[in-house]
Amino acid sequence: MTEKIATRQAYGEILRELGEEYGNLIVMDADLSGSTKTAEFAKLYPERFFNMGIAEQNLYAQAAGLALSGKIVCASTFAMFATGRAYEIIRNSIGYTSANVKICATHAGITVGEDGASHQTFEDISLMRNIPGMTVINPSDAVAAKKLIRQAVEMDGPCYVRLGRAAVPVFYGEEDDVVLGKGNQVRDGGDLTIIATGIMVSAAVEAAEELKNKGIDARIIDIHTIKPIDEEIIIKAASETGKIVTAEEHSIIGGLGDAVAQVVVKNHPVPMAFVGQKDVFGESGKPDQLLEKYGMTSSDIVKAAETLI
Amino acid sequence: MDKRELQEKAREVRKLIIRSLNAAGSGHPGGSLSAADMVTALYFDEMNIDPAEPDMKGRDKFILSKGHAGPAQYAALALRGYFPQEDLMTLRKMGSKFQGHPNMHYVPGIEMSTGSLGQGFSVACGMAQAEKIDGSDARIYTLLGDGELQEGMIWEAAMSAAHYGLDNLVALIDHNGLQIDGKNDDVMKVNPVGDKFAAFGWNVINIDGHDFDQICDAFEKARNCKGKPTAIVAETIKGKGVSFMEGQAGWHGKAPDDEQTRQALEELDR
Repeated sequence: MTEKIATRQAYGEILRELGEEYGNLIVMDADLSGSTKTAEFAKLYPERFFNMGIAEQNLYAQAAGLALSGKIVCASTFAMFATGRAYEIIRNSIGYTSANVKICATHAGITVGEDGASHQTFEDISLMRNIPGMTVINPSDAVAAKKLIRQAVEMDGPCYVRLGRAAVPVFYGEEDDVVLGKGNQVRDGGDLTIIATGIMVSAAVEAAEELKNKGIDARIIDIHTIKPIDEEIIIKAASETGKIVTAEEHSIIGGLGDAVAQVVVKNHPVPMAFVGQKDVFGESGKPDQLLEKYGMTSSDIVKAAETLI
Repeated sequence: MDKRELQEKAREVRKLIIRSLNAAGSGHPGGSLSAADMVTALYFDEMNIDPAEPDMKGRDKFILSKGHAGPAQYAALALRGYFPQEDLMTLRKMGSKFQGHPNMHYVPGIEMSTGSLGQGFSVACGMAQAEKIDGSDARIYTLLGDGELQEGMIWEAAMSAAHYGLDNLVALIDHNGLQIDGKNDDVMKVNPVGDKFAAFGWNVINIDGHDFDQICDAFEKARNCKGKPTAIVAETIKGKGVSFMEGQAGWHGKAPDDEQTRQALEELDR
């Protein structure tokens, strides 16, 4: 059985390593350090950890102040509050100034589960990719999360890193390359391409098996960097497979689907189908129940693929 | 610099504010003029800065949280030698470095791009925290409007600055009592300003924001206060120095025309 690890867990682990390597790495949180896993960094480097209390606007503006003074800042809270409540601060004090802040936000999407709709954000990717100069990263498993967070810290400039609460299958190996800005072809196929991000990549892998049984050979691409997006791999998929399904644990408005569609329509128009949250709020439940009810499972990807065949 | 020289500099700052706003045809004279004396004291007396090396390590920093008073900061920077005064006649025009609200990437000496109220104060707290981490003795100054205090994040930042004992941080409150829609007390009461900061754990100093002895003395007291950030609550007059602008909310965001400019410059030269 595949091992399951939450991407937030990977965040906590890579922060410990990065804290040792980068003496100017500062970590900040808003009273959720146990959940976001920044508490692990806080234990090791208390002089470089700042709990800002339940005050997200100040958290992100102070993160900008620290970053503009030469620090690398990883500033964390739940994705809902980071990108929602603090949006305009991120836009004006981090984006507009190009401050070197990594907004590492956890508990994104519907897999927050039981906490319900007030804590389930489907708008975060959309909000962050609209900010000029913002790099937007949505790792698909724990290995990718570690590799991409390291690259986010190594690059100069603002980044949004979307992390999840629930344990998700690990399918990358330590030896695999996961490079910022480069999509990963996870499976080759010629009949259509499933372009997925975050936890939907492992759902796409399951979907490809089901489709295989139906005689459909699906290619899978993991777009872990939604901005800047890997146009080349998308255009190649459009021209070689002629059909594209996108899959994301995010609203179908403004997220991966829209980003891919823009590349496809401009360069090589092909029929597309979109799997994601369909412009509705969520509710309380177990992550798997919610993914099923709101249409973000492997069988939803299969159904979407079949509409294109 | 002695009081007389500072007064002369402030007069020049005010004249440049008026001239640049007249050239721009839009902008914010009222709050620029009320802040002019404090901004002059910071750039000409208080801060450890070097116009020849704007990014000098260990320098003091000033964040204009009320970014709409940019003309006051631009004028002080120009007179301090960061760039030629005449450059300011491009204020607010297409292609100008001098944006309607300051941009740190375009203008030497601007430490933070501001304009959206409330944020500069928090950013200044972050910068003060960074200096503490580095064991530097550089000081961070920020200037806030009184209307700006209505932003909720101001109080998040006030709480955190006291919590972390940022005694290298000084917040100047330009308490002119007016905002776009009228008096603070009518729009949304922010008074008593000093008591609020004191309740949040700040060292509070009340001054006349147009008296250089009091301004400079407050900076000295702030330096000697350990363990707490300092709020200098400065009573000021919106539009200070130009008779027809003084105390008028209507001059918050309106540029003087040529005749008003001539009259204002004449008054300032008296």
